[in-house]
Amino acid sequence: MILLWLLGSAIVGVPILALWGDGRKGRWLFIAINFLVLSCSVLAAKDFLQQGPLAAMGEELRMDAFSLILVLLNSVVGMMTAWFSAGYWQQEVQHHHFGKGRQRLYHAMFQSFLATMLLALLSNNLGILWVALEGATLSTVLLVSLLLSCESLEAAWKYFILCGVGLAMALFGTVLLYFAAQPVLGTGAQALLWSALHHHAASLNGTVMALAFVFILVGYGTKVGLAPLNSWLPDAHAAGPSTVSAVLSGLLLNVALYAILRYKSLADAALGPAFASRLLLVFGLLSLLLAAFSMLRQHDVKRLFAYSSAEHMGIICIAFGLGGPLAIFAGVLHMLGHSLAKTSVFFSVGRAIQESDSRELEDLHGILASRPVLGWSLLLSVLAILGMPPGSLFLSEFLIVVASVQHAWFITPLLLLGLGTAFAAILPRLLQMLYGAPNSPKVILSGKDLRPAFLQILAVMTLGIWIPVSLDGWMHSIVGILQ
Amino acid sequence: MHPAMDWFSLPSLLKFLAAWMLLLSFALLAQRRLLSLIHLLAWQGVTLAVITSLVAQLTDDRLLWLSAALTFALKGLLVPTLLHRILRRLQVRGDVEMSLNVTSTQLIGIVLVIFAFALAAPLSGALPAVTHGMLGIALAAFLLAFLMMITRRKAISEVVGFLAMDNALFFAATSATLGMPLIVELGIALDALIAFVILGVFFFHIRESFESLDLHWLERLREDQ
Amino acid sequence: MNWGAWGVQTIQVLLALAIAPLFAAWLQMLRSLLQNRRPAGLGQAYRDLRRLFHKESLLPEGSSWLFRFSPYVLFGTKVMALTLVPLVAVNLPLARAADVIALVGLLAVARVFQVLAAMDTGTAFADLGAHREMLVSALAEPALLTAFFIASLLAGSTSLSTIALHAQQGMFSLHPSMVFAATAFFLVLLIENARIPVDNPATHLELTMIHEAMLLEYSGRHLALLEWGAQVKLLLYVAMGIALFFPWEIADQANPVALLLACLAFVGKLFLAAPILALVETLLAKKRLFRVPEFAASAFLFGVIGLLTHFMLGA
Repeated sequence: MILLWLLGSAIVGVPILALWGDGRKGRWLFIAINFLVLSCSVLAAKDFLQQGPLAAMGEELRMDAFSLILVLLNSVVGMMTAWFSAGYWQQEVQHHHFGKGRQRLYHAMFQSFLATMLLALLSNNLGILWVALEGATLSTVLLVSLLLSCESLEAAWKYFILCGVGLAMALFGTVLLYFAAQPVLGTGAQALLWSALHHHAASLNGTVMALAFVFILVGYGTKVGLAPLNSWLPDAHAAGPSTVSAVLSGLLLNVALYAILRYKSLADAALGPAFASRLLLVFGLLSLLLAAFSMLRQHDVKRLFAYSSAEHMGIICIAFGLGGPLAIFAGVLHMLGHSLAKTSVFFSVGRAIQESDSRELEDLHGILASRPVLGWSLLLSVLAILGMPPGSLFLSEFLIVVASVQHAWFITPLLLLGLGTAFAAILPRLLQMLYGAPNSPKVILSGKDLRPAFLQILAVMTLGIWIPVSLDGWMHSIVGILQ
Repeated sequence: MHPAMDWFSLPSLLKFLAAWMLLLSFALLAQRRLLSLIHLLAWQGVTLAVITSLVAQLTDDRLLWLSAALTFALKGLLVPTLLHRILRRLQVRGDVEMSLNVTSTQLIGIVLVIFAFALAAPLSGALPAVTHGMLGIALAAFLLAFLMMITRRKAISEVVGFLAMDNALFFAATSATLGMPLIVELGIALDALIAFVILGVFFFHIRESFESLDLHWLERLREDQ
Repeated sequence: MNWGAWGVQTIQVLLALAIAPLFAAWLQMLRSLLQNRRPAGLGQAYRDLRRLFHKESLLPEGSSWLFRFSPYVLFGTKVMALTLVPLVAVNLPLARAADVIALVGLLAVARVFQVLAAMDTGTAFADLGAHREMLVSALAEPALLTAFFIASLLAGSTSLSTIALHAQQGMFSLHPSMVFAATAFFLVLLIENARIPVDNPATHLELTMIHEAMLLEYSGRHLALLEWGAQVKLLLYVAMGIALFFPWEIADQANPVALLLACLAFVGKLFLAAPILALVETLLAKKRLFRVPEFAASAFLFGVIGLLTHFMLGA
């Protein structure tokens, strides 16, 4: 029941914001709706603690530990983004003179994006999962092109086409899965329910499952930002408003990976764990290295952090590819930490870009001197994303390296190379942004706008030191699901 | 019964039409003119509608008849007409730019077809009479459309390739699995509709933004960095 | 000696020889009507042939016996090919002499002689046409062979009679591989018979000619034989297509009723084939010469896909 409330409150927000999403009331409505969604997800978590996995609509919607963690993450980050967006969007509207229609479009599409991701996480039906992810992609296409400049239109087009191709491949994989499931579960919707499939996974045809998983990996992998089909990622993440980049990096990539992992659990049962894990490992490693080396050449700050998202997704894929309780735990922790930290990075970077009206690195310098609060938020969030202790990313990366030494020692040097290159690419640029001659007089920026960023950084730091018992329990049950 | 009447048994008709799908996919690879691409796409849509109605006849599933009618209307008529109008409005010139010449593309296409057939050969479906070989053909058509997308440089041909992939997918869903569950099909149709609306909005924006700039940006992809 | 069968054989060849100009004229008439021109009438081809036979045949200076010999060779090979293809009846005596591969070989012999004779004249345009002809045919012949192979694989024999019999029993007309074979065959038909989109048979621009260029130096009865031969070739290809893909009512017994029915069916199918050909020719434009090898390669690759469908999918 709570699941329906959760989903319903997210979905009903879309028409509300489409009608009244402009001006001050729009920004407040956006925060209010996401606060409602957050409360529902907390209530759902409470129900989960008492009852275990929740279901609704006759098993079409289902929440187990994995969905729960990601739903909580999505609602928290959604809330924080809505909060940050209030100040950020007000500034953008003034700067670009967006009309009421554009404002309503922004809020409505944003809400639709968050709602479809929620549907994807809660759906037990793998076909609906696809529909929801396609919906999420479509919601963001118009957001990426919001500014209607040449660059953003081309970025949105590339995003539309490449992700469309990826999702077409994923749909083919879904059809193949249905094909494999029909002899076992019959025709009709129950053949696409993950819970039922997981139960009978061992009796699914191995060849078809292998083929299906490859299509799913390539298809949803495009949305995760895995090489080689991730050329849309830097363009799309850089071209839209920073709030959009934040949720694209922080949330959508996670949800797409969640979809892959659901299929992986089925493929592992049908084929044995080696096949899917090896593929994930290879793609993850490839993405990590390619993204890390591309970062060295970047001079646009948002593109830099977009590549960083691809790099971190590569690391998470390596974690899930390695398998075993330690690596899976680390992978989930990394998903959480990366979301929180990356969104704070994009918030801070977004403010910085608004201040200096340029995305080029050479135009951003001396921030710590001229805007101390912004400078601190930038410093802390980027340090968190780089994997410095006490952030949770340090913990998860450390655990992944340990797991790789245990299971597949030959990739450890490559893993370390990737991590090191990323570090080497970002840190100098960070320092260049923070120090140097300030290009505007010092203003103690009211910390109001950046409170969400600071809160998220605090969460990341906390997770690095202490993980709440219930969270720990859930993460261990995820290991059970994915093994 | 006269030997010619053997033609009209449904499974063999389905196989015949499946071959047409593959033929049209392969022919898409060989085209140089954008207009012929759109015509072939229309024919593919019509073939798909006929296939869906045959499968509906075979399985006595009412909803598939509706699906067939929708396919004919959307993929056979509406989409090609829209593309035609877009071509005319944007005054895109007739030829397609390619990264590889036609013959090499076709040879790679053959390799993909072999690959697809090899993958799908050991699989047989729930109804062997109908689905044997269909999955292989669907996979081959899908991969050929994908090849078409990545070896073309103009945006309209990308859209055509994408729609051809979509057709191959639909063919796989109808013939190999005899249709997907209703709710999923509805969801997919809804997404397709929204995608088209967004595409329309897109092209509207492009016309608005680029009319005076004369950029013909749809004819080249952005250079990286 | 089965006089009945030999009789049928002879009648078949004579029928084909007589109908070929009529078919060509009917095709030309349809094209004219589609292009809003006044048609020349069904007897035009006969009138042209009669005119040419009455005229004096001139020989270019410096040409050798090859030049004089070739038209007869060409015509002869076409007549021989007619004996192989089941037009109205199968299992005729001479049909057992050769199979489809030999048929393709016969057509190749004809081509070689035509090309050599064209080069023999020493003029530039004939030479040009000869080179182009070899280029295009080098790619079209494998396509034709793949189409035949698919049909043979399905029928279990390379004899055209057996293939036609099998096809008649409805056993493989709807196989997916036959779809590809049909496409490949149709494309080769367009290429080999100098139809648009490969070559415009009515053109007078030498630089765009492929087949016509090789006939430029001929006159009189030689030209008549060559023209007639080209018409017979078109009929031959259409008949091959009918035998492979639409073979019903081809008689497999010698009784007169079946034969009469077969003749009528044959004429009827020709009557229906011409509009399709005319439509294709009117709707398409002639391709640039450099695109023609691509076209031929496409035909070949269609045939290859057909073979793949047969072997790998068992269809």
